[in-house]
Amino acid sequence: MKPVLTKVFGRQPLGTVFAAPYALFLALVFAYPLGLAVWISFHDYFFAAPGAQVDRPFVGLDNYTNVLGDPDVQRAFFNVGVFLVINVPLTVVLSLVLATALNSVTRGRTFLRVSYYVPYVTASVALVAVWLFLFSQGGLVNDLLGPLAPSPSWLVNSKAAMPLIALFVTWKQMGFFILLYLAALQGVSKDLYEAASIDGASRFRSFMNVTVPGVRAATTLVVILATITGANLFTEPYLLTNGGGPDGASASPVFVMYQKGIEQGNPDTASAIGVILVVLVLAISLVNRRILERD
Amino acid sequence: MKPQRRVWSTTALVLGALVFLFPFYYMVIGSLQRKPDTSLKGAFPTGGFTLHNYTQINERVHLLQSLLNSVIFTGGVLFGTIVFGVLAGYALARLHFRGRGSLFAVMLLVQIVPFQLLIIPIYVMIVRNYGLADSYLGMIAPFAINSTAVFVFRQFFLQLPEDLFAAAALDGAGEFRTMWSIALPLVRPAVLTATLLTFIGPWNEFLWPFLVTKDQGRQPLAVTLANYISNIAGRADNPYGAILAGAVVLAVPAVALFVVFQKRFTGSELSSGVKG
Repeated sequence: MKPVLTKVFGRQPLGTVFAAPYALFLALVFAYPLGLAVWISFHDYFFAAPGAQVDRPFVGLDNYTNVLGDPDVQRAFFNVGVFLVINVPLTVVLSLVLATALNSVTRGRTFLRVSYYVPYVTASVALVAVWLFLFSQGGLVNDLLGPLAPSPSWLVNSKAAMPLIALFVTWKQMGFFILLYLAALQGVSKDLYEAASIDGASRFRSFMNVTVPGVRAATTLVVILATITGANLFTEPYLLTNGGGPDGASASPVFVMYQKGIEQGNPDTASAIGVILVVLVLAISLVNRRILERD
Repeated sequence: MKPQRRVWSTTALVLGALVFLFPFYYMVIGSLQRKPDTSLKGAFPTGGFTLHNYTQINERVHLLQSLLNSVIFTGGVLFGTIVFGVLAGYALARLHFRGRGSLFAVMLLVQIVPFQLLIIPIYVMIVRNYGLADSYLGMIAPFAINSTAVFVFRQFFLQLPEDLFAAAALDGAGEFRTMWSIALPLVRPAVLTATLLTFIGPWNEFLWPFLVTKDQGRQPLAVTLANYISNIAGRADNPYGAILAGAVVLAVPAVALFVVFQKRFTGSELSSGVKG
């Protein structure tokens, strides 16, 4: 091989050829849009016909101050906070407990695995359809609850709408997190459990003292991925609560981005929401990592 | 573990599984009934099943055209992921080239920056700048290569024994030949796992195809069904029946594929792709 080629492309230039389509793809639909989002958020940006030359002046932090002072946006960030407070702890606890139990059963494993994973592989739109039916005014859930049914009903009740969405997403995503925990449990040494049982530890104690610390790295990952899912929330408020209703009580930041950016034609303020959300997600991820992995 | 304890945890797991599965059961039952009975007794009907709701939803959303659009969208993503994803995974695992480290870092970053947050700039680019609204290309482009699948491929290529490659080099096989006739046949299981993993992305995706298609003739099923739910359903005489029938049609392909290949959907095969 010619030394010049080696210098430019590395030892195996074929690697550059193989990786080029993927690198190009990442540049076009990830790196460039990420930069564009930031650029748009600092300019007075509006939609124009393709090819038209229009002036889009730099406006500094105007879009950010607009967005942060907007009650709709504040509400959406508050709502996603409510979502995360319910969804993340519930996801972590239930998926770890279920994974531990699944790990110990010997019979019917395939049936059980399929049951818990199947909501994860099914389209949100299809699952939302059946939840709409279950939780409608005259639906099965209210029928079962009888006089205990909330009034107004679940999806039009400003106190119940967001918790119900959090519950929906917990159920939908659980299978994936059980999967992560099952993989992590294979890495916890059997000797530790034996030692615990010789010391006379109860099953609960050995779960708290062996399992929980043993899967700590997976817990960090589960918390971060669950937070990202929460930040992404769109389909559920759009369909389940009919557009973030009632009165914006279940609007998510991505839903507000859609309303402002695409319905109302203000991509600049919508991009500012997006940038704020990315920064928050990254910050939460880093903090989680620090807290969960400190020693 | 004591056998008695095992019985308890199995019982609890089975009960939990039934709770998880109930909405699926209810979806199918509801889709087969002309008039929904929302009482507890109505959840376990013994007769009166009909396919009426399926003809209803078919008239409203053109099921076949919607399904075809879903197939094209998903097929395009699978093609891009398998062809270019395998190449990229191989390069990242086995070849020393300039920029490998940075490409790997960007691939990891992609997994934590949610796609939804890029929708505004991607919408600006694809719909406004390139005029790709209502086209399959516009729908597929942002999903064309699934990064998690690239990761799975890389992990599989990394696990292949070093001796294999040394032997191939001794026999005088070039880099391309080594990949094509030695490494590729060995990672077929990874291709299956990655296909399963990639399939559920575009098949179930709602937000992006919803933004990029306004023409009903180009919308995948997730979008036509969602539009039916939010616009038309209120005016139908048995809205839930038709909605649930559509939901069943949307759910069945992904669920069937998953049930058939569920053995490939295990932690050890996927977590390597997610954990890093």
